[in-house]
This record gives sequence, C-alpha cells and structure tokens, in this order.
Amino acid sequence: MALDTVAIAQTTPEAIQPYAQLGLKPDEYARIRQILGRRPTSSELAMYSVMWSEHCSYKSSKVHLKQFGDKAPKSDALLVGIGENAGVVDVGQGYAVTFKIESHNHPSFVEPYQGAATGIGGIVRDILTMGARPVAVMDPLRFGPADAPDTRRVLPGIVAGVGGYGNCLGLPNIGGEVIFDETYSGNPLVNALCVGVMKHSDIKLAKAAGAGNLVVLYGAKTGGDGIGGVSVLASETFGAGGSTKRPSVQVGDPFVEKVLIECSLEIFAEDLVVGIQDLGGAGLSCATSELASGGSGGMKVALDKVPLRDPSLSPEEILMSESQERMCAIVEPEKLARFLEICAKWDVTVTAIGEVTDGDRLVITWNDEIIVNVPPRTVAHEGPVYNRPMAQPAYIDDVNSQTVKVPIPNTAAEIKATVLELAATPNLADKSWVTSQYDKYVQGNTIQSQPDDSGMVRIDECTHLGVAISTDANANWSYLNPYQGAKLALAEAARNIATAGARPLAVTNCLNFGSPEDPGVMWQFAESVRGLADGCLEMGLPVTGGNVSFYNQTGAVAILPTPVIGVLGVIDDVRTRTPMSFESAGLDLYLLGDTHADLAGSEWAFMHGQRVGQSPTADLAREMRLIEVLLAGRVEKIFSAAHDLSQGGLSAGLTEMVLRHSVGATITLADVGISLLSESPGRVIVAIEPSKTDALSSLAAKYQITLSRLGTTGGNALRINDAVISLDELRTAHTATFQKLFC
Amino acid sequence: MRVGVITFPGTLDDRDAARAVNVGGAEAVSLWHADADLKSVDAVILPGGFSYGDYLRCGAISRFAPVMNLVIEAAEKGMPVLGICNGFQVLCESHLLPGALTRNSDLHFLCRDQEIEITNTQTAWTSSYSVGQKIVIPLKNGEGSFQCDDKTLAQLEGEGRVIARYVGQNPNGSRNLIAGISNARGNVVGLMPHPEHAIDPLTGPTAQGLGFFTSILNDMVK
Amino acid sequence: MAKIVVDVMLKPEILDPQGNAVASALPRLGFTFATSVRQGKRFEIEVVGDPTPAQLAEVEKAAEVLLSNPVIENYVVRVEK
Repeated sequence: MALDTVAIAQTTPEAIQPYAQLGLKPDEYARIRQILGRRPTSSELAMYSVMWSEHCSYKSSKVHLKQFGDKAPKSDALLVGIGENAGVVDVGQGYAVTFKIESHNHPSFVEPYQGAATGIGGIVRDILTMGARPVAVMDPLRFGPADAPDTRRVLPGIVAGVGGYGNCLGLPNIGGEVIFDETYSGNPLVNALCVGVMKHSDIKLAKAAGAGNLVVLYGAKTGGDGIGGVSVLASETFGAGGSTKRPSVQVGDPFVEKVLIECSLEIFAEDLVVGIQDLGGAGLSCATSELASGGSGGMKVALDKVPLRDPSLSPEEILMSESQERMCAIVEPEKLARFLEICAKWDVTVTAIGEVTDGDRLVITWNDEIIVNVPPRTVAHEGPVYNRPMAQPAYIDDVNSQTVKVPIPNTAAEIKATVLELAATPNLADKSWVTSQYDKYVQGNTIQSQPDDSGMVRIDECTHLGVAISTDANANWSYLNPYQGAKLALAEAARNIATAGARPLAVTNCLNFGSPEDPGVMWQFAESVRGLADGCLEMGLPVTGGNVSFYNQTGAVAILPTPVIGVLGVIDDVRTRTPMSFESAGLDLYLLGDTHADLAGSEWAFMHGQRVGQSPTADLAREMRLIEVLLAGRVEKIFSAAHDLSQGGLSAGLTEMVLRHSVGATITLADVGISLLSESPGRVIVAIEPSKTDALSSLAAKYQITLSRLGTTGGNALRINDAVISLDELRTAHTATFQKLFC
Repeated sequence: MRVGVITFPGTLDDRDAARAVNVGGAEAVSLWHADADLKSVDAVILPGGFSYGDYLRCGAISRFAPVMNLVIEAAEKGMPVLGICNGFQVLCESHLLPGALTRNSDLHFLCRDQEIEITNTQTAWTSSYSVGQKIVIPLKNGEGSFQCDDKTLAQLEGEGRVIARYVGQNPNGSRNLIAGISNARGNVVGLMPHPEHAIDPLTGPTAQGLGFFTSILNDMVK
Repeated sequence: MAKIVVDVMLKPEILDPQGNAVASALPRLGFTFATSVRQGKRFEIEVVGDPTPAQLAEVEKAAEVLLSNPVIENYVVRVEK
C-alpha cells in the first residue's frame, strides 16, 4: 500500500489530486500549494479540505460574524468570549456558567435518532471542554408540516435521539421548541443547547502550550464514522482491502460520554491538563490544528498510536474520522501517570499520541514517516474568507407591500372557535408527547422546564443562586424582515427569562439558513447578523459564541431564515422566581405592553396561508424598560405570576396560563379579535393580588410601560367577553393534537 | 445512621439519592462499584441511572460488580437495601427480588409526575407512610414494566409484598400496576419511581418522596 | 470459521412490545404475511479453532448466568458453520 508522505509529495509535484471531489476550489488548492511550497500529501489535502469547509471554517459567514466582536457591548460578566469552544459568563458567588447552541441538521434528516443523539453529544462535549460540569440541555426543533409522512419519519426518531442521549448522560432537558412549517420539509432543524457550571478557577482553554507537554487522546476508540467523501483518498492510495463500509453517519454511545464526563471532571479537579479540546467536526484534524494554533504552533503527533476500532482505516481516514466521545488533552509529563490512573478507574481508553514542540509546525507521522507538515494556523484559522455577493431578494418588497387578510373573530361563537383552534394547532398545542420523553429531574436542580417560558436550574443549594435560559426564533418575522426578525428574537428570549425574574447576561445563537451561494439567502443572513449585533449592543448583551448552519435547502428552495437566539440570565434566589401561572382565584390579570394590529408573521396568519405584511419593529429601549419592570416586580413581590406573549398572542398566553394549574379566568377585551390574535412584541400577562394594584401601576408608570387590565382569575372556564370555554374543552383541544399525530 | 449510595459507571441519580438521605436525617456514604467495601454502612441504596449504558439488559452487568457480592451478603443478613429504578433492575438481576423489569409497553421513555399508592408499610423503607397513602413522585424510565410469572405474582400479592402500586392508568404495562415490591423479610425493596426527586417542591412535584429516606431511621429507633 | 451462536428470546408469556411494534409496522408497509412477530437477541461467539463440547457447556452456563435473564428469557445454543 502506498503511503503518501511529505517526502514523496516533494518529489511528485505533478501528481493529480482529487481536491474538487473533496470540496476545494482550484484557487483554494493553489493556495495550499503556495502555503506549503509543494503539493500537499493526501493527508494534508484531507485536513485542509475538511477544515476549510463551510461547516468548519465559517468562510461565508466570518465577514459578517465579525460584527459580534466589533459591536460587542462592554460586559463585566464576560469571562470567555467568541473563539473558544463555548462562551463563559460570571454569574456571581465565584461561579462561571458556560453555554452554547449548535446545529446538527443534515445528519438528523439522514438518520434522525443518531443525528439528534450525536448533536446532543457534541454540544455537551463543547461545554465539558471548557472545564464545566454540564447541567442541562435544551432542544429547539423544527419540522415540516405536522401531518406530513416524512415528519412522521423524522420527528419520533429525533425526539427519541435527544431523549435517549440526554437522559443517559443524566442531563435534564429544561426547554426547547417544536415548530412545524412546510419550509422545513426535507430540512428539519435540530439545534441543541447545553449549559454547564464551574468555578472561575476551573475554566479551561483549547491551547497547547509548553514544549515537551504531551498530547493525550482519550475516550472512545476511533472508527470510520462520518468519513464520507474522504474515502476517495483512501481508494486513491490504498486500493482494495479492509472494510469497505465507511458510514457517513456518526453513531453515539451516551454511556461512553457519561463516563468521559465523570473522568474528565476528576482530571480537571486535580489540575492535570494545560489545555483541552473535544473532537467534533473534522475530528483529529480539528483538534490537533486548533490546539497547536492556540499555543505557539508546534506539535508532533504519531497517528499510528491512535487506538482504532477498525484497523483497516487509512491515515487520511483516521484524521477525518468523526467518531464520537473523544477528547484531546495537553498534559505535562509529570502529570501523565495520574491522568492514566483516573482513566483506568473509569475504564476509559487513553493514549499519548504526541507532544508540543518548539517551532510552529504541526507534524504528523505514520510509522515514523511524515505525512503532514503544516503551519497549524493556516488549517484552523486562516481558511478562505468569502465576501459572498448579496442582494435583497425580490420577494421582500412584494410581501412587505401586501396586508394580511384573515378572518377576525367577533361574536362569542367565533371567539370560542378561534381560541380552540389556536389551542389545537400543532405549533401551539401541548407538547407533552415530546417532553415526557425527556428526563427533567435528574441532578435535582431543575426549577423550571417546559412548558415554562424559560428553563431554570439552581446552581448553589445553599444560596439558591440560579440561571435561566431561553431559545427563540420567529422565522416568519425573519422572512418578512431579517434585520427586525433577529432583533425581535433576541428581545423575545431576553424577555422570557426576565419574566421569571432572571437578569439577561449573554447570548448564543444558531443561525440556520439556505445556501450562501444564493445572494438572496446571503442578504437574509447578513441582515440577520446585523440585526442581532445591533440588538446585542443596544441591550448590552454580548454574543459569547454560536453556530452557523448553511445549505439548509432542497434543490433551489431555501428554508425561511431561522436565526435561533439563546439568552442566559442569572437569578439570585430561585425560590422567589415569578412562576408562569396562577394557582388561585381572585387575582387580577393585567397586560404589560402595547397591542397593535400586528398580524403579519403571526400564527393566525400562518394558519391561513399568509406570509405577507410588515413585521413589527423592535423597540429595544422599551423592551429593556419592560425587563426592568419584570425584575423589579419580582423583587418587590408584586407579581403572583407572569407569562410572556409570543406566537399565538394573547389567546395562546391565556390558554397556557389557565391550563397550567386548572384555574380559569374572566377576561374583558375591547377590539377582541385583534387583541387576541395580534403578536405585538414586548408584552407580558401578569397576575397580582388586588392589594398590589397601586404598586403595579407605579412600577409600570416609572418605566413607561403601558398597563391594561384584562380581568380576574377563577372558575373552571376561560371567559372572554361573552365567550365561555370550559377548561375541559380547552384542555382536550390543547392535548389531543400530538396524541393524534404521533401515537 | 450511615446509608451507602452505590455509583456504577453510568449511574445518574446517586447525588440526588445522597441528598435525599441527608435531608432525611441520615448520613450518605459514597460507595464505588469496584470496591468490595461497604464502609460499615447501616443500609444501602442502589440509585437510578443507566449503569453500563443498559448494555445487554438493564442492571445485568452491574449485578456482578465487586460491591454487589457484599450487598447480597448483607441483604441476606437483614440489611436494608433500596433499589430505585435502575437499582430495582439490579436487585432483580441479582435475584434479591423476583421478577424482571422490561421495556415500557408503548416503547417510549416516560417522565411524568406519577401518583402511587403505598400498600405495605412494614418494610424498612416504607414505615414512614400509612397504608393506602397516595403520593406523587417522578417516574422516569424506558424499562419500567414489571413482569413475572403467575406463580410469582400470586406469591407477591398473597404475601403482601407489593409495596407500591400505580394509581390510574398503567404507565408502562407493569403487571397488576406494580410500582414496587419487597423481599419476604421486608428489608430489600425495589421501587420504579424516584422518591429522591420528590423531597422539595422547589425541584420536584412534591416532598412526598422523603418518607422513603426517613423510614430507615424509624427502623433504627425500633 | 465456525462460531457459537446463542439466540435469546423472551419467554412466550412475557409481553414483547418491540415485537408488537414490528408486527404493526409490517402491514403498513404492505407486508401481510405475519400473524405474529417476536424480537430477540443473537450473540455470536468466536473461539480459537472449532468449538469443543467443553466450550459449548461453558457457553450454556454463560447463557444461563449472563447472556439471558432466565426469569423472562429462554436461550438456545448452537454452532454455526
């Protein structure tokens, strides 16, 4: 078998290499040759091709994502910003919290269970790599139409995968989303968020420092997972022989990851690593080049030392393998023995595969022959940067000039029918069928989970310090106006956590878009990033990291732009959080915020096939004042309950509140149809004891937030003007949908 | 009173069980699966989780851990042993309890706030409750369907060894709605739902699970 | 190379929800031949050379103690060429 070494490459510059099949453009290939001063070996070609891919290099998005840094608001809470595996914020009392959201969209369409499972596995490792114990996960999911046959294929598998992996890791699922829209047919979106907790002193970074320190690979053995197209190299140089099965799907083993977590945390606790990186996309190629880049640049690795599950793998395949549950640590030689002991205790495979060197080259050998000799920064950080052409698509002016035409309920019968219809529509219906497949109790610190507005976990059992997280996106608004859509989603997520009484601190984002080669999509992306960056600056919330998923499209049809924004906040005492709903009669219900005829992009418009109009305009100054009202209202013990309004407007908000503890409400509304259906942003329903009325009025006035009385709590029905909807009827409508669809 | 909580690779609810033991008034002692050492504890809890990833069968590999030899020996001499969820599975695989736990009948993992009725308060772990008392504690598992042959079922029922039963709709297909059972002596109890997650309404549906952890203190006082 | 195969099935009286799920799925895909489906496990065990009677006896013991749960499962040990 012919091994393609650096020595051979130096003497065979004319060899034809399949760079195009690996996704590299001619100019990119030429650049590699220029960087190296010769043709790359097949291993080097494999490394560059995968590290310079869109997924790993962010080549189409970098120029835009730069805004998160350029427009970063000053934040004392930010301990680790963009560029590391995950962002870290200071939440007080010596604690640091790390969180991030990522996508695993395409694999989940191919193999729903494993795609979703390994998506969870990957984001959890990113959090672990920062030195934190992972404490919770969230899963924003988006599918094609609820009754489509392919949705019935992917949804149960994806939910089972999220649950199967997350439950086995012992991570409570504290929230997420389940959204249906034909735009996601053929392109389901599986975004996974993980949050972890540590002390400030525990923070770990991905850098290889200190010549002579060892590069140690531990975790699962390496197999042929996720290799896909790289096999073309193997067949080039190796011919027949060995297993011909090179699965393109990664398969996860949550038990191995659970053990990896416990093993790693013990290793971290004894301060045995200088740097650490998890092996995710592009496996060893990424880990070695990133770690080396993080240090002075010098590293040497003996690839033949990598423990293999499949001994027939070629060096190129080993470098590209995306086998799960693997980590790469930089360990001082005198600490190796203890490192190995801890791995032995947990029965984790571990091997020293190299060391940090002086100099600035990453050198990889196979049985002592050099097959890779590259400057690591050129692989990991200096990939191509594209300034893709963008152009506002024709549809924008077209849809923005139209108005939504939908029936507006008026009579008692119409109101009742509308409320029931919204309660039952798949996007708003009860999601217990999904969420009951997730463990929400493990670790014993879950304070809020679905169907609450945000997930909340307690960090300290003595002081009751806690954090809250919410993820949100509104693809309809992003479609109508990507700039506003991103700002509105940011405001929504921040408002969700403030509703419970947590102060927003930092942002992560998962940007799901179509092809960046489509100027219209690129424009949507650029506008969304600009909106998010501007919004974050105005709200004083730094973006700590995130993920871009391009190429979510079938043929030439891209998905609606779907930037998912995650906001994390802190609460000093979880015991005094504001609950989502009321448990007694006799409370007064108020609406904070202004309601306009905002039907464009609403659920009601969507249900009537209308995706036209002008999205609302975000008023972040007002959103920030509303957040202050929500926080102060909790501290001053004014609120008995508070619930954020979003999709489904007041109708959905009231439905969710009365069903939560089976306490009805009597509501009086002027302009009832618009009041119920509008999705004006910046609104929250609050329940108060009548004795708090003056306090509430003063608070709202102080922050110039409109306050309108809705009604009172009590009874066994939701009464809106003359319409009477019994709680039983409402509950049946709300809970039957998923049972019917997926049982 | 010292209560050992065993950690196998893949155990998840050990810290929660230890917390519950401490809140209940006893002292939780961490026990490692590979150590044949019970550290002079007075009782042992096998907590929930996915020990060994549920490879082969739930609890099938854990049951052969070095610490289990000591647990079996101590149990046969009367030491109180509580197996929760995966722990219950380990106890059945070890034959400290009869029957077996199999896949939920609807094939889904199920996490819900489950009402159960305590039907036997003569065991080491249920003496804090009253017969017929209904409590709500979390049920969260994929393999919680209790199965056994007719003879075993007749024996369990006849001897009053069913210690808890699901109230309402059968959540997983367990025979006779059995949520928990004990051995003949009453010192070994297996329970599918999770009392350790119902010790504080802040983080669980109720605090009604605490009784399992205070019962053994009653036993000592007796 | 011959190998020892152990087939493990749930006892007939034990509920087999996975087998039932498969039985329900078959007709939905147009396969109407099945009157019932049960799902089990198959272990393939390799030894050096051809399996000896002594080794088969050991496998029987292993099947009893580890590979199956005799409370709810039956097993069959055989040699496959």
